[in-house]
Amino acid sequence: MTPVLELKNLSFVYGQGTPFEKCAVDNVSLKINKGEFIGIIGHTGSGKSTLVQMLNGLIKPTDGQVLLDGEDIWTNPKEIRKIRFKVGMVFQYPEYQLFEETVYKDIAFGPTNMGKTGDDLDKSVIKAAEFAGVKPELLQKSPFDLSGGEKRRAAIAGVIAMDPEVLVLDEPTAGLDPMGREILLSQITQYHKERKNTILLVSHSMEDIARVADRIIVMNDSHLVMFDKTKEVFSHGDELRKIGLKIPQITSIMQQLKSDGFNVPSGILTVDEAFEVIVSLLKKEEKLW
Amino acid sequence: MVRDVSFGQYFPGKSIIHRLDPRAKIIMFTAYLVIIFCTFNYISLAITTLFTVFYIGASGISPKFYFKSLKVIIFIVMITSLLNLFYGPGEPIWQWWVFKLTVNGINRALFVTVRIVCLILASSCLTFTTSPTELTDALERLMKPLNVIHFPVHEIAMMMSLALRFVPTLLEETDKIMQAQKARGADMDSGNLITKVKALIPILVPLFVSAFRRAYDIATAMECRCYRGGDGRTRMKSIHMVKRDVIAFLTLALIICGVILCNIFIPAVI
Repeated sequence: MTPVLELKNLSFVYGQGTPFEKCAVDNVSLKINKGEFIGIIGHTGSGKSTLVQMLNGLIKPTDGQVLLDGEDIWTNPKEIRKIRFKVGMVFQYPEYQLFEETVYKDIAFGPTNMGKTGDDLDKSVIKAAEFAGVKPELLQKSPFDLSGGEKRRAAIAGVIAMDPEVLVLDEPTAGLDPMGREILLSQITQYHKERKNTILLVSHSMEDIARVADRIIVMNDSHLVMFDKTKEVFSHGDELRKIGLKIPQITSIMQQLKSDGFNVPSGILTVDEAFEVIVSLLKKEEKLW
Repeated sequence: MVRDVSFGQYFPGKSIIHRLDPRAKIIMFTAYLVIIFCTFNYISLAITTLFTVFYIGASGISPKFYFKSLKVIIFIVMITSLLNLFYGPGEPIWQWWVFKLTVNGINRALFVTVRIVCLILASSCLTFTTSPTELTDALERLMKPLNVIHFPVHEIAMMMSLALRFVPTLLEETDKIMQAQKARGADMDSGNLITKVKALIPILVPLFVSAFRRAYDIATAMECRCYRGGDGRTRMKSIHMVKRDVIAFLTLALIICGVILCNIFIPAVI
């Protein structure tokens, strides 16, 4: 099976040939399969954002290739817009991209650029709004009258409306309150379950990543450090700490318990899992008594 | 992309030119503007050009950036010098159709080219070595006498420095918004003029919204720090003229004298 997205020796250097030359992504190679939910972590300036911007051809790699469904996206630079419809990209603070008179029109911007009209357009807008959790009564309002969280969801709907094969989200929950984060995250996982497309999520919240990602890409200092199953990555707590990252709190608690001699499995990622493990552990202890 | 503009950029440094009093620099630059257009023969032109080269060398900034700033105006220079080349008065030494080449035309073309290049180099030297804050501070001080006629000097200077401060921020913002709209399939490069202008709407609307948001934010931040206009306001860095400023003025005075003497004793060529 060809992976939906493959990066081959991908590199990007900012300001090549000037004194401000800076390598942002250095020789990254990886394969992402269809339907996977990938988390991307790394501290600020590790090259995550540059990496994801190369995935839909917003910036052209200085070296290496991005293969979408086995084809180099830069084979035909004039057709790069088509790639952008296939690889949807939600930037940080996407609410700053809203510009239309109504939320409906703004969500329709992407699909209209794809050439959709009439019922087809209407259907994709309504569907996207539903996926992103934009209430139907908001669609005829001005996007500038919405609350912060509503704006964010409207902007995300604007990208989902293009129905991309691969959806990249760059810190979609940044700046939202805990409730808003929770809702948005479950909406994204719901969308992933229903659409069965590929999602890449960049986040600083290890808890969020642990909850939703199948595999994790760890970036440090423009290099790819790890690309493995979520459990595997978070069992390397020390290495992550070395590059300025953390593991989810609950994972580190369970690791502590383990090193204190309790019989718990490593790689516990969510509170629910931990709860199960601890309850069964307590039950065993009771039996012993 | 939009950020590749070297004209008007500031390069921090510690050269003698960097340390000159910004007021001195502005006065000297203004005087220089006048002088460069008062050169009427090759000797005086050479003197002012040497002066420019000397200051550029002393600024300690790589000549590469000066060349970059020249790139912006290369077309203007070419067009003006070509016009001068073929439309100078006098006896033609070569003629074809409407084009006639005269000695005077050649001289004029040369003068125009050198003058514009020197002008750009000098203004680049000023902006490369003086931070926007220093520039506006100096302007405020230089324009202070205008307060007498109720000209709002401080307010204008404050507006200038705020505007300058937001240039890089807004450029960055434009870049981000462009990327975001491109990701939604916005097409900015093809189509006729009307479609191209229409394609700007998705960029301009969010840009204006964010500019207003930032303006409100900075106004609030300024009020929080008790800003209430320029009356009685003291400064953290007060600027003083020192010996090196006097020396700089002396070099300029020397050049001015040189140019005047040349104009008196050597016949003008244009």
